[in-house]
Amino acid sequence: MPFDEMLDADNRPRGPYSEYMSWYGEQDHARLLTKSRDAEAIFRKTGITFAVYGKEEAAERIIPFDIVPRVISGREWRKLAQGIEQRVAALNAFLDDIYHKQEIIRAGRVPRHLIERNEAFLPEMIGMRPPGGVYTHIIGTDIVRTGQDEFYVLEDNARTPSGVSYMLENRETMMQMFPELFHRVRVRPVENYPMLLRQSLEASAPPGCADKPRVAVLTPGIYNSAYYEHAFLADQMGVELVEGPDLRVIGGRVAMRTTQGYKPIDVLYRRVDDDFLDPLTFRPESALGVAGIMDVYRAGNITIANAPGTGIADDKAIYSYMPEIVEFYTGRKPLLENVPTYRCSEPDTLKYVLDNLADLVVKEVHGSGGYGMLVGPTASKKEITAFAAKLKSRPGNYIAQPTLSLSTVPILVKKGVAPRHVDLRPFVLVAPNRIQIIPGGLTRVALKAGSLVVNSSQGGGTKDTWVLED
Amino acid sequence: MMLGRTANGLFWMFRYIERAENTARLIDAGVRMSLTGTQGSDDEWTSVLKSAGVEANFLQQYENVTGPDAIDFMLRDERNPSSVLSVINSARSNARMVRTALTREAWESTNECWIDLTSRLARRVKDADLPSVLDLIKQRTGLIRGAFHGTMLRNEIFNFSRIGTFIERADNTARILDVKYYLLLPAVTYVGSSLDNVQWVSILRSVSAHRSYGWVYESDLNPTNIADFLILNGRMPRSLAYCHEKITNNLGYLETEYSSRHNAHDTALEILETLRNRDIRAIIDGGLHQFLEDFIRRNSRLGQEIAEAYRFY
Repeated sequence: MPFDEMLDADNRPRGPYSEYMSWYGEQDHARLLTKSRDAEAIFRKTGITFAVYGKEEAAERIIPFDIVPRVISGREWRKLAQGIEQRVAALNAFLDDIYHKQEIIRAGRVPRHLIERNEAFLPEMIGMRPPGGVYTHIIGTDIVRTGQDEFYVLEDNARTPSGVSYMLENRETMMQMFPELFHRVRVRPVENYPMLLRQSLEASAPPGCADKPRVAVLTPGIYNSAYYEHAFLADQMGVELVEGPDLRVIGGRVAMRTTQGYKPIDVLYRRVDDDFLDPLTFRPESALGVAGIMDVYRAGNITIANAPGTGIADDKAIYSYMPEIVEFYTGRKPLLENVPTYRCSEPDTLKYVLDNLADLVVKEVHGSGGYGMLVGPTASKKEITAFAAKLKSRPGNYIAQPTLSLSTVPILVKKGVAPRHVDLRPFVLVAPNRIQIIPGGLTRVALKAGSLVVNSSQGGGTKDTWVLED
Repeated sequence: MMLGRTANGLFWMFRYIERAENTARLIDAGVRMSLTGTQGSDDEWTSVLKSAGVEANFLQQYENVTGPDAIDFMLRDERNPSSVLSVINSARSNARMVRTALTREAWESTNECWIDLTSRLARRVKDADLPSVLDLIKQRTGLIRGAFHGTMLRNEIFNFSRIGTFIERADNTARILDVKYYLLLPAVTYVGSSLDNVQWVSILRSVSAHRSYGWVYESDLNPTNIADFLILNGRMPRSLAYCHEKITNNLGYLETEYSSRHNAHDTALEILETLRNRDIRAIIDGGLHQFLEDFIRRNSRLGQEIAEAYRFY
């Protein structure tokens, strides 16, 4: 039986849900179903959509939104937040180290080849320290829960984590639909995120820049799957939303083409991958980036958030070393646990993984979005055999983890509510000398009964995430 | 401060919205003409296609002109970049691109217009449904205009949007007149015949001016007054003079805001001079067709000069 966050073993509401459940008991189910359809209409009207690559007919879809909130008590949150803060601090220290002295390699805690032969490791960043020493200005830490006090970090999204616009729009939608609920339950606010993000980015500006740094969001454009979020964040922060062709290096600065000529930018919150950032340094055919931006960056005249090369920190092969990494840089045991991870590159481990494929989850080291993975317990024999062949031909490309019994939170269904598996992505802002964790996050929920895959590209939905004031 | 690309996006977003509405109106006028049955209605549809500037493209897809094909081509053919469906798609893409420059209301009215029209135009429109579809287009574009006027700050964003609207509108009115200019020449008109009356009303209808004409010129329906109304009348919101008054004003605000003047400002003023304090008879005597062709060319050059001045590309 997976751990249910709403109801305990005797079917009584757990503490954090007690007030919500007493409200829910007073509701007419038909009205809730209507509200649920209203919510979808709000998302469509607002244009909160994402693009699905390779699916012509459904070029723009909305992510299903479930109106039952996911509730986390203040006590549970404080514990989580401490663990996340420790981990994020360690990740930044790790990045600084591997691009400078590489003490962790010399100490023998992380193998050299895993870093230097990793595609996510950028030699261009060696010896380069970003303004304020911040590498990961924005991190989304994926967390799963398996019991009352059992939380695991599933993944650290240290490149360009997305989904924060859903955190904000989900809350906005809930407050519009159920204002009375927010009188009864004291929920910590998330809506100041854009302002905090802007302040955090400004605080990371190059030291030499003028009193009020100019911030811009760099998007690949309207056909990108997360374009809505890029526009949303630029709009909410009150900064420009730029595309590669708007930018140019002039006089050693990155500048954007305005109706009155070129104006320099101090901080670029880029939602473009490393590879496409600078055609002179990385992929020459890229039209999404800015030719020469890496030179400006190395000269200390622009902040790029997140810094290039941070992908090495959320690489799945590195992930298995996170407990060592946290301990090495913070001098303390990790407060938040890693999911036990088998490195298929090691022969003995590979054998174990192959023998137990039916019970394991196997992931590509560089994969994301739930693609290219095997969920053993729900896969067919044929799928397992096919996957075993792939695994044997390139073992270093895979890691395996036990199938965790993810916690469940109910969703609204035709008749009442029914439990579904969830995960959680809180968002973390890092500025020089300051780490802030927004109380809430993106709860993703697998809408199919029994399914453990919560990715929106694979039929997952989202929920509003409440952190209580207690 | 705004991006050149944003100015460009706003300019085109509003050109496309204007074009959707104008196309709906042209189809409406075409349908009316074909219902009167006074002449070969296919000729009428040819002139409607010409007014919309899509005749050549149409003839690449079809051998000859029929009402149903012309209507379908102008409403929903994706091979026609000026069909209502195409321009609504383009307007909404531009709106997404400039999302940060729009109020929530302006964006949502555009997005909802797109949601409704793409679903309504997903299949060929039946004759019986055509009036309600044309109404929906006018209503939805009207809502965008209303949301825009009611909520947007009167700043550079507003100016570029307005300039796009009026460049497109002036072009449209001038094309309608140019396609039918011969009907307005004294030499070939049979003053007062019923055919003339129908034709003249059709011109007025295609710019939604058949009622307001009566308020200005009372019952005196004649070609000179029609030309005067659509070219020189400063109170008629689709006349060339009115559109260029607005363009000049909006360029003027930009000049003040940015403290800089460009070629476009001079060109706009030159065009306005050809429309201000003029007598319509002088224009007709000097050659109406010539005048309109000249206007269309200058109007489009002005658009290019604005794009250069404000770094659209």
